[in-house]
Amino acid sequence: MAVVKSVEGNEENHMNDDLIIAGKAYQSRLLVGTGKYKDFTETRAAIDASGAQIVTVAIRRTNIGQTAGEPSLLEYLPPEEFTYLPNTAGCYSADDAVRTLRLARELLDGHKLVKLEVLGDPKTLFPNVIETIAAAKTLVKDGFDVMVYTSDDPIIAKQLEEIGCCAVMPLASLIGSGMGILNPWNLQIIIENAKIPVLVDAGIGSAADAAVAMELGCHGVLMNTAIAGARDPVMMAGAMKKAIEAGRESYLAGRMAKKLYSAAPSSPTTGMIS
Amino acid sequence: MKILINGNIKQFNGENMTISALVVTLNLVGKRLAIEKNGEIVPRNQFDAVLLSDGDKLEIVGAVGGG
Repeated sequence: MAVVKSVEGNEENHMNDDLIIAGKAYQSRLLVGTGKYKDFTETRAAIDASGAQIVTVAIRRTNIGQTAGEPSLLEYLPPEEFTYLPNTAGCYSADDAVRTLRLARELLDGHKLVKLEVLGDPKTLFPNVIETIAAAKTLVKDGFDVMVYTSDDPIIAKQLEEIGCCAVMPLASLIGSGMGILNPWNLQIIIENAKIPVLVDAGIGSAADAAVAMELGCHGVLMNTAIAGARDPVMMAGAMKKAIEAGRESYLAGRMAKKLYSAAPSSPTTGMIS
Repeated sequence: MKILINGNIKQFNGENMTISALVVTLNLVGKRLAIEKNGEIVPRNQFDAVLLSDGDKLEIVGAVGGG
């Protein structure tokens, strides 16, 4: 799929091209999940290779019982080294999502940056935008910095921005599907309308998908399965890092105009031997 | 007394057990966790002060891998 936008008069400064989320600057535009890895060693190696500074975590019941010496994710990914983005994966109502993130805030010493996702269907993992909007309102009022996962509906994305979310994260395709960017046109409209960062979250399958997302003008990409589900997750994490950087630079550089054909070859038309 | 912890009933001897004492009993000392008692978050700095009573419902959570 050759969907790339021609960018003219881009005002963003290439020399200091940080991603700003809720007032904090990040040098990496790749955000990664920490699920589905073989073990914590692989998790850590993949995240190092990805260069990600923001990592998502889930909030779950602690095992009670024979787990005293069991290693924890936090030992492999110290919160001092990474920005944790606790999520609400598995929540199907606004109430559950809000409750989960309040626990996360307590767990992480008052940490405010969170990823809100409210699902509507366990089979497809489609987001429930009505519950998402309700939860976003409560969380923003409660002082959270909300990065919100949603459908690729530009109207909903704008509403979430107006509620006060600090980033809007439309899906490229469904969670864990690896189907890539199914509606680049909607994403383009969302990006054009937004005054907050737009990150593609979910659906990225390959490095090419990630590069296309960035060429569309996305401010970042969040992924988990595309890396963890690769045959070699650590190598794929490196590929994603390069794809995000290449896509970003391609966007900033401004691609050439597309023409069906061109009568202007790259080599001189004069000085030909005869 | 009986306390429902993460969906399982646990039996404890005696009364006047604080959340801190429970954390010790469950071998969770030093683990990063958050605790909800009967639907209300108990801030970590109140673990010493908050007493458990028969029939309390606790959720004890931590951070795990997720996307």
